Amino acid sequence: MARRTSTTRTLVTTLAAWLVGFVIFFPILWMILASFKTELEAFSTPPSFLFFHWTLENYATVQERSDYLHHAMNSLLIAGGSTLIALLIAVPAAWSMAFAPTRRTKDLLLWMLSTKMLPPVGVLVPIYLIFRDFGLLDSRFGLIAVLCLGNLPIVVWMLFTYFKEIPKDILEAARMDGATIGKELIHVLTPMAVPGIASTLLLNFILAWNEAFWTLNLSTSEAAPLTVFIASYSSPEGLFWAKLSAASTLAIAPILILGWFSQRQLVRGLTFGAVK
Amino acid sequence: MKTMIGTLLGASFLAALASTPVAAQQTTLTIATVNNGDMIRMQALTSDFTAKNPDINVKWVTLEENVLRQRVTTDIATKGGQFDVLTIGTYEVPIWAKKNWLVPLDKLSADYDAKDILPKIADAVSVKGTLYAAPFYGESSMTMYRTDLFQKAGLTMPESPSWEFVIDAAKKLTDKSAGVYGICLRGKAGWGENMAFLTAMANSYGARWFDEKWQPQFNGPEWKATLTDYVNLMREAGPPGASSNGFNENLALFNAGKCAMWIDATVAASFVTNPKDSKVADKVGFALAPNKGLGKNANWLWAWNLAIPAGSKKVEAASKFIEWATGKGYTDLVASKEGWANVPPGTRTSLYRNEAYIKAAPFAKLTLASIDSADPNHPTVKPVPYVGVQYAAIPEFQGIGTQVGQQFSAALSGAAKIDAALIAAQAATEREMKRAGYIK
Repeated sequence: MARRTSTTRTLVTTLAAWLVGFVIFFPILWMILASFKTELEAFSTPPSFLFFHWTLENYATVQERSDYLHHAMNSLLIAGGSTLIALLIAVPAAWSMAFAPTRRTKDLLLWMLSTKMLPPVGVLVPIYLIFRDFGLLDSRFGLIAVLCLGNLPIVVWMLFTYFKEIPKDILEAARMDGATIGKELIHVLTPMAVPGIASTLLLNFILAWNEAFWTLNLSTSEAAPLTVFIASYSSPEGLFWAKLSAASTLAIAPILILGWFSQRQLVRGLTFGAVK
Repeated sequence: MKTMIGTLLGASFLAALASTPVAAQQTTLTIATVNNGDMIRMQALTSDFTAKNPDINVKWVTLEENVLRQRVTTDIATKGGQFDVLTIGTYEVPIWAKKNWLVPLDKLSADYDAKDILPKIADAVSVKGTLYAAPFYGESSMTMYRTDLFQKAGLTMPESPSWEFVIDAAKKLTDKSAGVYGICLRGKAGWGENMAFLTAMANSYGARWFDEKWQPQFNGPEWKATLTDYVNLMREAGPPGASSNGFNENLALFNAGKCAMWIDATVAASFVTNPKDSKVADKVGFALAPNKGLGKNANWLWAWNLAIPAGSKKVEAASKFIEWATGKGYTDLVASKEGWANVPPGTRTSLYRNEAYIKAAPFAKLTLASIDSADPNHPTVKPVPYVGVQYAAIPEFQGIGTQVGQQFSAALSGAAKIDAALIAAQAATEREMKRAGYIK
């Protein structure tokens, strides 16, 4: 009896999980479906779910009008570059805060987080002027710098949380064996925190990939990533949903594939520490 | 071996140095534009310009209208110099020209024939008689209607309908059980969305945004009559969820055969008559925007224009591009490649004297009549201190227009009463105008 109840409960929870998953995924699914419709069908009411005239025309138009690979490469370099630099800065910072805290550490952490509370548009003009004066407008380096700085508080916070879960005794044992701080960081701390670092890396990469405010405002053509590519298909005058959906599908495809293959790491990282 | 490598490297370096002056002669223009059909066509035809001007390269930055507006404003205000040619609307041209943000286009060649530009459009992009932008395409608004539904209902659309006729016809043509609505109008909040339509409608009712002393006028009877008729008409004969509908939503509804009438931009005429996109392509008639018998029709005036920002260091090349894109030669180029129906409309007098165009575009005559009847300097019955038909060309208008648009959209959805929406609109506008120093 108990076994049956357990099976029923498992079935119900599984179904509920699938349902929630489907609801969350539905907008993405709808976008992918719209990318295979004609503009008229993409806008039609009532909407057709699967029974419509499937076409690849939108992908052909997008390919013809825009240089997808150029934008995708920019996205990869900007998101990858900003993530790696943020990690290089954040790992020692989080280590210091987790294992050698001072009485100001908590204040410092909160102050770092508070910088994320400022709406980006509030500092658009000063940042734009700095970029103009340093010749950084429409440059990948400039975007890497601004996205790295923008995401740094989150990266430090995440790593700090993961590092806090690692017992200090292990690091002390390493020190007793004569490990320097550098060796302790690279050979002891980092391997233990791999799931946490991996999930921080992935999350930060996704955040940087999706970032639209700075990338739209600080790039024109040379450094323009996929966010600019998507924005070029939106219009208040004219039917564009199908083409916009095709552009968006192409833009999210790499990150969707990355997320799919790294989901185990991502989940492990996000739940790291919770089961300890 | 080392010597050989050194020689090769040295030769490559010298070759690179020798080739530098050639590369330096190339000018690259960065052009910011919007994602509209005519602009996309222009991008596809850029090779014609670069073939004629081999020393000039062109890079396009295409963005959604509002994103582009913010992006370009930031760049021009900070003199970022990221763009050499901008696509801007008639709203921005006079404001930016007065701030010296734009290069005056007073050195256009004789071949360009600036006098051929439609006078109303030329006025809209000029300050004190000097052009600050060259119109790429112009538009007004008009009434598009379903000839089959009108015939079935025994109705005849006049060339210049009155609001009374339109309201009455919309009610008669509504068949909610069949999913057909008498009229589709903009309801989505925004200064360029519902307020473009409602300001034009209010003009025909004799309303105005401000009196001669910049005092907001939403507490007057004209605005009340406008909003009352609009809300009642849409509730009785409009589609459900109309407060979320903008140009695109109404275009989709009309093309799907769900609207008997649609009053919107003249540029829509080519979309609704295109059999590829429209189920009712062969059943569409055109008439002027409605009037209230006060001498003003409810039509607006808008043009997308090309301008050179004051920060550009490539003014000469940018001028060449603008002359190419907005000249008569470009019209011929589009006609030869894609047919006369696809040429950018509403900017040149000569186009409306071209028999081939008139034959290919059945809506041409009404487009011209609509543009001609709109007067940005005298948009409504009473005098006004501002320029602009469906907007007031002051920097504060974008914010105020959107706030008022939100109130009127709420009235349409039923979230606010008409009187309350008007009171809120008056208060918001007064507050912003006081803050900006127009009134005390």
